[in-house]
Amino acid sequence: MDDSRFKKRTIFLIAYLIFAILPVYWMVNMSFKTNEEILSVFSMWPRALTFDNYKVIFTDVSWYSGYINSMIYVAINTAISLLVALPAAYAFSRYSFLGDKHVFFWLLTNRMTPPAVFLLPFFQLYTTLGMMDTHIAVALAHLLFNVPLAVWILEGFMSGIPREIDETAYIDGYSFPRFFVTIFIPLIKAGVGVAAFFCFMFSWVELLMARTLTSVNAKPIVAVMTRTVSASGMDWGVLAAAGVLTIVPGAIVIYFVRDYIAKGFAMGRV
Amino acid sequence: MKPVNQKAWLLVLPVVLCVAFSAILPLMTVVNYSVQDIISPERRVFVGTEWFKAVMRDDDLQGALLRQLGFSLSVLLVEIPLGIALALAMPAKGWKSSAVLVLVAISLLIPWNVVGTIWQIYGRTDIGLMGATLAALGIEYSYTGNATQAWLTVLLMDVWHWTPLVALLCFAGLRAIPQAYYQAASIDGASKFAVFRYIQLPKLRGVLMIAVLLRFMDSFMIYTEPFVLTGGGPGNATTFLSQYLTQKAVGQFDLGPAAAFSLIYFLIILLLCFILYNWMQRVGTADKTEATHG
Repeated sequence: MDDSRFKKRTIFLIAYLIFAILPVYWMVNMSFKTNEEILSVFSMWPRALTFDNYKVIFTDVSWYSGYINSMIYVAINTAISLLVALPAAYAFSRYSFLGDKHVFFWLLTNRMTPPAVFLLPFFQLYTTLGMMDTHIAVALAHLLFNVPLAVWILEGFMSGIPREIDETAYIDGYSFPRFFVTIFIPLIKAGVGVAAFFCFMFSWVELLMARTLTSVNAKPIVAVMTRTVSASGMDWGVLAAAGVLTIVPGAIVIYFVRDYIAKGFAMGRV
Repeated sequence: MKPVNQKAWLLVLPVVLCVAFSAILPLMTVVNYSVQDIISPERRVFVGTEWFKAVMRDDDLQGALLRQLGFSLSVLLVEIPLGIALALAMPAKGWKSSAVLVLVAISLLIPWNVVGTIWQIYGRTDIGLMGATLAALGIEYSYTGNATQAWLTVLLMDVWHWTPLVALLCFAGLRAIPQAYYQAASIDGASKFAVFRYIQLPKLRGVLMIAVLLRFMDSFMIYTEPFVLTGGGPGNATTFLSQYLTQKAVGQFDLGPAAAFSLIYFLIILLLCFILYNWMQRVGTADKTEATHG
């Protein structure tokens, strides 16, 4: 790679990262300030450093249980999404069957309806099933938008793998499940990593459905956060602290799947 | 050509069941509401296509639809090229790669209502970094007073929030290109641009299709962020379709018209996605034939 081109890329990358980080920095900055300081003065860093905002979250059970609830249903949702999407994506990428194109596109159409539309029907459905305020209800509801996404992402990656690999494996006497798990999935690690991250992310930040389907036992952090708007005005500091803490689990997830994303095909070759 | 195998349905069935469980019933409910006047839970009158006609005649809706189309188009025009460029610039190996991946992904992980709140402060000229910087540069900036600036702020917020989605998809797509392609290109003495145009871009087609469709449909349904940031104002400069829908369904509690609106909304997204999808598939296939013949 020639030098000037390399530099241009690096400068562009750094410029973007600054653009990306500044609002986040402002949130972190706010989370260490008192409400008075946030609203009255412009300061690049907290003048009166305070940890009270974080203390509120770590000592109040309704706050920290929000994080735990979110993690539980997001984990269930991501696991189910990937488990059902992997074989389906393989079928779409490798075979023709009755109505395949229609089903493939229909899946995505489920992401095209404003979530507000689903609230009332979901409320009625899960009340009838007696599953209101459970983690599994939210996890199932979020399958609506995560499964189609996972299928589409995984299909894209699987179609990039030459079909000769499948055929060679079958000739070598591999059964379908063994081939799929030991050869094929390692080949599309990058896709699995990306799909897992996106399922995690979309489920993690979804507010409307999660709030409608829960009240106490499974109340997610995004819904707890809306409490910071109260009669006495907005509690900006606590909201910022809660926002900072919502980034942490996702950052850990992306850190763990980064190898799958970054290595992609090169490391998974048979 | 893919071999025909009807047994492949068995692999697809779990997905169809999972999604149908959540999708069919709400859709039926919405269709049901859209043709009735619900005066109270016990009293309903069948009104046929009345609501659909009323919604189609609504001037405010047409205004919101035009604003929405302009916004979604701008989102695609900015985020897709920027996302591809970012993916190409991201380091592929080592700790730098991990660090950049995490930094890039952060904005995606912030709950949407917090995104709006942060930008609300961030853009204020008295206490926010961006607002204060713009003011220091002598720009009269106000996302609550100036319609154009409000619109641009919402766009900038969306670019900040969602470009990483495009970048991450493309980054993973780039990593999935086998080294052999690059080796062949360097033997041929291909330029950087030729490598991008004839190897990277065609190989990214799958992930780009997902990125374009996702960004299109999600930006078409954008609600929380502009609602928190500007409340749809000033005037209705940033009132997009879903905000208008929510005003109808929740604010005025008109379930019938809101349901009819939802269906029309859904059909618009469906139609536009279908056009985008087919167009991108055709472009992709044309590329392939060009590559084999040319």
